[in-house]
Amino acid sequence: MYGIPEFRLPKTIVQQEIEGLKEMGVEIECNTVIGRSQTVDELFEEGYEAVFIGSGAGLPNFMNLSGENLKGVYSANEFLTRCNLMKAYQKGGDTPLQRAKRAVIVGGGNVAMDAARCAKRLGVGHVYIVYRRSMEELPARKEEVEHAMEEGIEFLLLRNPIRVLGNEEGWIRGVECVEMELGEPDESGRCRPVEKNGSNFVLEADCMIMAIGTSPNPLIRSTTEGLETNRKGCLVCDEQGRTTREGVFAGGDAVSGAATVILAMGAGKTAAKAIDEYIKNKQ
Amino acid sequence: MYRILRKQRLNPTVTRMVIDAPKVARKAQAGQFVILRVKEDGERIPLTIADYDAMAGTVTIIYQIVGATTMLLDRLEQGDAILDFVGPLGRPSEVKHLHKVCVIGGGVGCAIAYPTAKALHENGAEVTLISGFRNKDLVILQEEFQAVSKTCHLVSDDGSTGKKGLVTDVLKELIEQGESFDEVIAIGPLVMMKFVCLLTKQYSIKTIVSMNPIMIDGTGMCGCCRLSVGGEMKFACVDGPDFDGHAVDFDEAISRSSTYREHERKAREEACNLFHKEVAS
Repeated sequence: MYGIPEFRLPKTIVQQEIEGLKEMGVEIECNTVIGRSQTVDELFEEGYEAVFIGSGAGLPNFMNLSGENLKGVYSANEFLTRCNLMKAYQKGGDTPLQRAKRAVIVGGGNVAMDAARCAKRLGVGHVYIVYRRSMEELPARKEEVEHAMEEGIEFLLLRNPIRVLGNEEGWIRGVECVEMELGEPDESGRCRPVEKNGSNFVLEADCMIMAIGTSPNPLIRSTTEGLETNRKGCLVCDEQGRTTREGVFAGGDAVSGAATVILAMGAGKTAAKAIDEYIKNKQ
Repeated sequence: MYRILRKQRLNPTVTRMVIDAPKVARKAQAGQFVILRVKEDGERIPLTIADYDAMAGTVTIIYQIVGATTMLLDRLEQGDAILDFVGPLGRPSEVKHLHKVCVIGGGVGCAIAYPTAKALHENGAEVTLISGFRNKDLVILQEEFQAVSKTCHLVSDDGSTGKKGLVTDVLKELIEQGESFDEVIAIGPLVMMKFVCLLTKQYSIKTIVSMNPIMIDGTGMCGCCRLSVGGEMKFACVDGPDFDGHAVDFDEAISRSSTYREHERKAREEACNLFHKEVAS
């Protein structure tokens, strides 16, 4: 219900899933932020025997470019939240969203495709995807890329932003980019993109959306003892979804980093079995 | 739903509401905030917790009617309810290590300065309070301030109440007279906080400011509330809202805060027209 656009995952389907859970007797506590309004330890004190953490994607990553805090520069999370959750796309939604003419989306994952297509559907004339590697390495699912192309998204591959340019009022007016070429494969196995000297060019734009991943929300891990995280801040889990703290399980983006609903639901089901076993064996 | 137990107008555009929210009240500390949503499809707006009572299970909010959403909120009366009310969010103000503090509140920022001053007072710190308003009609919370401070200074832009001048005039005078503070805590309009920081920097007095950038999510999801602090990107909702004022890039924050000014003006006009029609019919 949060960031994924209606055209990719209809809210009626999500709603059906939620209704299904409610019918099975699952109680949903809204307006509760674990790590702030309540802690994991307090849940155990209340008598819960196991806790599953599915807190999803967290803090958006930025590139630390000069001008990244100009007006008109958003994280994909902000743009998609305004548009989809807060319903800026429909009349009657109170949350404002800038009406841009030329938008640059930085990144090549599914979220970048979502943001690009949302922007296009909101009436942005030119929507560019700027990605530092080539089509081969685009991390988005193939069909998402095809859909984006069908809708007229312009792909600027082997390009990377190096600076955001602003006008006197503090709004973005363009993005300075540089061309890239692929070098030797890096530790991820993908070819490392290298800047081509002197290939700088300016892409005129009044909107820029950073879709280069997220790092998991720190609220739960910083308020729960014994929860180990990896170097990216993702919760460390075994294949059954068991974290390093007894009785605490986790799955989805909080464990894997930003991925798909499909993988997250799979992780949830695996952990559910493990939780069932854990509670039965305890008795 | 979160019931409004009391509603009180503090000045023509500022209102205080006491909300029944036991879970929030149980955890609330000075400096933290809530995010509320008046209706489905409505905006989520952050408001600092102005007071809280864990025993009674209540949280007090003070808001200024500035846009469509606060206008909508202000149409609710005692007994009505707010749809969503989540919190406490953000990191609490750090008050425990302080002995002698100058707390500065500007305009409706006084609503945020009050719980911090109160927490300091309850921890045994000596609080000097300076509050500033545009004119006498906008003054709020003076009795509350007096109860939690050793000395309480009031200034107004036009001199219609208290001394004529700015909060920085009083602060400068106090420092020049030889007053020393462990820390200055300034909460108010960005421009006021900027100038307090410029002043205290000259005297090398540590200064904490409470930042209130545009926020949507409030739990570290969207990055809308990002600020430059000491050259690093910080998110006010999870890293703040309190920051070292001498490290904050105020000019950038002032620019970012104006992003939706035009939109907000239109929304306010539309809401005014709508409410006016409803009243007329």
